[in-house]
Amino acid sequence: MDAAAEQKYDYGVVRWFTVMSVVYLVVGAMVGVLIASQLAWPILNFDVPYLTFGRLRPLHTNAVIFAFGGSVLMATSFYSVQRTCATKLWSNRMAWFTFLGWNLIIVSAVITLPLGITSAKEYAELEWPIDIAIAVVWISYMFNFIMTISLRKSPHIYVSNWFFLGMMVMITYLHVVNSLAIPVGMFKSYSIFSGVQDAMIQWWWGHNAVGFYLTAGFLGIMYYFVPKQAGRPVYSYRLSVIHFWALMFGYVWLGAHHLQYTALPDWTGSLGAAISLAMIIPSWGGAVNGMMTLSGAWDKLRTDYVLRFLIMSLAFYAMSTFEGPVMSIKTVNALSHYTDWTIGHVHSGALGWVAMVAIGAIYHLMTRLFHTELWSTKLVNAHFWTATIGTVIYIVAMWVSGIMQGLMWRAYDEYGTLAYTFAESVEAMHPYYAMRAVGGGIFLLGALLMLINILMTVAKASSEGSVQRARTAIAAA
Amino acid sequence: MSNNNASSGKLQTWMEKNIFAMFLGLLIVLSVGGLVEIVPLFYLKNTMEHNQFPELVWQRQEGQTLADHKPGDGMRPYSALELAGRDIYQREGCYLCHSQMIRPFRDEKERYGHYSLASESMYDHPFQWGSKRTGPDIARLGGKYSDDWHRKHLRAPRSVVPESVMPNYPWLKDTRVNGKTIQAHMQGMQTIGVPYTGADIEAAAGEVEGKTEEDAMVAYLQVLGTMTNLDENKAYRE
Repeated sequence: MDAAAEQKYDYGVVRWFTVMSVVYLVVGAMVGVLIASQLAWPILNFDVPYLTFGRLRPLHTNAVIFAFGGSVLMATSFYSVQRTCATKLWSNRMAWFTFLGWNLIIVSAVITLPLGITSAKEYAELEWPIDIAIAVVWISYMFNFIMTISLRKSPHIYVSNWFFLGMMVMITYLHVVNSLAIPVGMFKSYSIFSGVQDAMIQWWWGHNAVGFYLTAGFLGIMYYFVPKQAGRPVYSYRLSVIHFWALMFGYVWLGAHHLQYTALPDWTGSLGAAISLAMIIPSWGGAVNGMMTLSGAWDKLRTDYVLRFLIMSLAFYAMSTFEGPVMSIKTVNALSHYTDWTIGHVHSGALGWVAMVAIGAIYHLMTRLFHTELWSTKLVNAHFWTATIGTVIYIVAMWVSGIMQGLMWRAYDEYGTLAYTFAESVEAMHPYYAMRAVGGGIFLLGALLMLINILMTVAKASSEGSVQRARTAIAAA
Repeated sequence: MSNNNASSGKLQTWMEKNIFAMFLGLLIVLSVGGLVEIVPLFYLKNTMEHNQFPELVWQRQEGQTLADHKPGDGMRPYSALELAGRDIYQREGCYLCHSQMIRPFRDEKERYGHYSLASESMYDHPFQWGSKRTGPDIARLGGKYSDDWHRKHLRAPRSVVPESVMPNYPWLKDTRVNGKTIQAHMQGMQTIGVPYTGADIEAAAGEVEGKTEEDAMVAYLQVLGTMTNLDENKAYRE
């Protein structure tokens, strides 16, 4: 029990963000498994408009990115900014406003997306009234974060906070520009941009939702929680500085690689691809920085299940930041674009890196925030293996199906005509779509184990009265 | 955590000690990539092919209605019914599985037709290029199948393509398109630069009168790729 911390910091709002993030992980993964199954067995669309793939797929992406990812980012950043700055939040009230606002936005997404209310821009489907709410809540989050740092007791700003701040600034830019639209009704709007310009702006947003929200933000988590859990300082300060600025400057350019060989001018796509290749260096610098933080403490991996999540996440981070640049090479992209390979790549990042590092951080947070041990560490280990195996099955299925699709589409027979109809390529995907659903199902099982563990830990803390005792204990004791 | 700051530069040290300086630094660094890649697309003439090949866009004469446009005359705004279909296309999330962007490869040419031009989506707010082909590209779907085929396919895709994994859309035939709504949508489009005339908008309600969502979808699918004729012998892009 750390009574001093409980009394010194604002933990209440962090506790709520933490627990809700696990709920959203389960919801997001569950919708994911359903839509994956729909592609293998279309009867699962049930002929119900609200349950069709086209309407649930945005719900899946919004739930995992904004509900799960957002709650994790807000929990970890509000926690670590207080710890690294040795101060309370600038405004606890504003943090609660952020919490309530963010969760209301999530509820409104859950209602509107199945109803088909969408702006039809990938990863930015929510309609204009919700977009405005997102901007307001997001800025309240960023403002509170900056002001908290300005109150810090230490002279330097710790590296995790740089990454969190970079993420907040960029997401503000991206969200505001990409969501510019003309409302034509309460629940309908059209993007003010059209065609090629809209495509470039969309993928500037789309890739940087990945690059900043899901990478820079989660690197902020890595830079705080890996050293904390390992009990060792970050491997290299200099590498952190390079990693940070190279990532901030470079990632912004990558969106264009989503539009190679399209009607986007060639210079833009090639520029995006060239910078994508260069991004391997800072990305791997960051992965090395995280992993080498463990140097001299590798034995901890044998006993510390939470640390396993964190280190496995860095392995996936290294893998998918290698795969991404490879896929942006024009000749590879000609094959991989429009196929399931992209989906596999996204999930090696989303399941392997984002979810794993988040899960590690959440388990770490639970013991600190609730002043008790986890209900079951065995369950954490079981979760580790289900998450890892599920992710690997998912990625392998998509690699095979993606490359196969790409090859079938361009295959010619000996008479020089196309060897396969499109429908034949769809049929060939069936076993891999089934396999993907199974992989996702295993991952979901792990998430359910986590939810049980987290809720039981909260119940345990409540029956022990540990939070209450931490609040009232004499801090010096 | 032990940070060794001895090796960092002055600028870095300043930003590490002043959150507002770091905020400002980030505002600048983060804006570069977007400015360089996006802003030129709005003014570089060679971004849109119709700057060099004006015949790609329909030159509408005074008093002509959208119905006076013949396939191949050039890009025009969607008719009221087509726009209603496009709204449904977006509502149902069709763009998540179907691309509308043909790349300049031999196999795509044979499978789908001439590669897509930027000018062909000049009136598409938002663009519908897509990112995934769970189903085939449909940029040039118009005219390839009969209306009747489309109706069957929308209601029960596996009745015409047994391998398909597309959901059934049997409810589209039971819902009517609302004329007032489509007029508001066209007005919005007009505000952001789509060249609808007042007469187009006025006539819209009558045009969709009594039409079902399925009718609208079929109208939209049948116009895709048919507005402009592309010449095999012209190099529209480098």
